[in-house]
Amino acid sequence: MFSAALIVYREALEAALVVGIVAAATRMIAHRDRWIALGIALGCAGALALASVADILGRWANGMGHELFNAAALAVAVAMLAWHNIWMSRHGRQYADQARALGASASKGELAMSAVAIAIALTVLREGAETVLFFYGVFAGSGASSASLAQGSILGLVAGVGTGVILYRGLVRIPLRHLFSVTSVLLLLVTAGMAAQLAQILIQADVLPPIIQPLWDTSRLLPPESSAGTLLHALVGYDAQPSATQVAFAGIVLVGVFLATRMTRRG
Amino acid sequence: MQFFKRLTQAITISSLWVAGAAPVFAEENPVSLKIKDHRFSPAELEIPAGQKRLLVIENEDSTPAEFESHSLHREKILPAKATTNIYIGPLKSGRYEFVDEFNDSTARGAVVVK
Repeated sequence: MFSAALIVYREALEAALVVGIVAAATRMIAHRDRWIALGIALGCAGALALASVADILGRWANGMGHELFNAAALAVAVAMLAWHNIWMSRHGRQYADQARALGASASKGELAMSAVAIAIALTVLREGAETVLFFYGVFAGSGASSASLAQGSILGLVAGVGTGVILYRGLVRIPLRHLFSVTSVLLLLVTAGMAAQLAQILIQADVLPPIIQPLWDTSRLLPPESSAGTLLHALVGYDAQPSATQVAFAGIVLVGVFLATRMTRRG
Repeated sequence: MQFFKRLTQAITISSLWVAGAAPVFAEENPVSLKIKDHRFSPAELEIPAGQKRLLVIENEDSTPAEFESHSLHREKILPAKATTNIYIGPLKSGRYEFVDEFNDSTARGAVVVK
């Protein structure tokens, strides 16, 4: 039961943390709850759909269909979150300073929320599909072990979602004037982590070379299987032995968003 | 000057040729792996160091599995009753463990690179 809980917890955690940070970052935007809920709902539906065609997808692209699909989902999520980050740095101040931003700004807020909803949907879809497949394996079994696995799975799901809620609650305690910067930095790190994961999937699909593998090794400093390592992996895609390509992708996102933020502030 | 330009061209073309040959070699020399009753067989695979190889995994069980290895940097769903391809390597010599994450108490294996 515990192993099932852990498996589902790890899958749910990544999506839950992204939702928690996004929810805290977009606190002031009107109707953000609906957008986030929409993203989660679409992600869940997509996860069920993706799981149902897993074997067909696996046969595409010389057996690399899964990788290419996940890479596309990550690429779009990275683009949406990066854009959101740049947008928030330009318009976020208006929202932070005024308690309720209404009128003309509301429609711009909706645009930002649609980007975020897409990113959330894609993240829930990716992690959810693996969870659904695991659930399927659990329920296809029979007998007492299946019941205990099912209990463990639900426990893991609840714990994963709960961790996201805890993160959200923790973030919204931060004073408004700092909340904006803190969530922007967190979201940027999450986005860079997704870019690193994107690189890793493309390496796995034999589309990109690792160039140097590994670029560094922190597995003694912070083992990936430890709780801190698991949390950091779910949050920012922590890899104890990243390839040069992974680090490059993360770096490009960090530098790119930083520069774009600077440029839009001047404009 | 002409000499250096020609030399660079020669090196570039040779590198591309070698790089292009690598995946072909991997595909022509696949390594087979099977999952049955939530166990890998063989439980240990041997491949030479420095080569990219194609792992062809047949999941004979009626439930899906997830091939996962931190040391190999690979994570992939293995749909039920289906064959899945995973490229691994080039690797330095050593022992690289992998598991079926969905059944990690029984489905464990390792790639031994010499």
